[in-house]
Amino acid sequence: MKWLLVLVIIVCNTCGDLLDAFGMRQHGHVRDFHPSALRRLLRSLAHNRYVIGGIVFMAIAFFALLSLLSIAPLSFAIPATAGSYILETILAKFVLKEDIHWQRWLGAFLVAGGVAMLSLR
Amino acid sequence: MPNGNSLFFVRALTLAVIALNVSGNFFLDLGMRSEGEIVSFSPLDYLKVFGNFWIILGVCLLAGWLVCQLSLLSWADLTYVLPVTSASYILLAVLGVVSLKEHVSAAHWGGIGLIVLGVIVVGRTRPRTAPGDHDEVP
Repeated sequence: MKWLLVLVIIVCNTCGDLLDAFGMRQHGHVRDFHPSALRRLLRSLAHNRYVIGGIVFMAIAFFALLSLLSIAPLSFAIPATAGSYILETILAKFVLKEDIHWQRWLGAFLVAGGVAMLSLR
Repeated sequence: MPNGNSLFFVRALTLAVIALNVSGNFFLDLGMRSEGEIVSFSPLDYLKVFGNFWIILGVCLLAGWLVCQLSLLSWADLTYVLPVTSASYILLAVLGVVSLKEHVSAAHWGGIGLIVLGVIVVGRTRPRTAPGDHDEVP
């Protein structure tokens, strides 16, 4: 069961991050963090279907993480999702058209490897 | 090349994302330890855990994390944001050692070293490469 939850977390995190990144690129830079500006930001994001879709996927990932935390320790739950780094880098190149240099690939593999090693006992 | 102002925003938001992610997950873990097993497809089964103070605190911190993460994505690529904010794993490991007295094995130290290298390598790249970089204020 815990590996099924890990799969749900990876897929939903990936979809959520891609949709959020696309939605926020459409939205433009967020510069102002005063409470009134944050209210305007939240109202604006409530009409951004990509961000809303991304948050729905992240909510599913969150509830799957809650389930996983109830049957596995944090030191397993968080590192087990390391696979999403590689998947998201590949999809960011083809879906978001990001210009991914060798440093970004190397960074993604180093972080994914490092996170996976953190789950070793 | 990004100007000083945008680099300031990217770095400040990166620090906020890391701090809120680490503290939110830590308190969530603390709360879930006292709630027992929950594996269900019904969201109602999860609502009862929201009476736990630590879980409420964790959720509030993670809500702040979401706002900062979205703001950071308005300034930087996804392939920049994900590796750089993975520094939160390093802090989680340190938090485990300091507050929960967890043992850190050689593999753990190796993993932390790889993440540090990954953060340094990606942190030296330009935050935004993707097309369609608008400059609107919310």
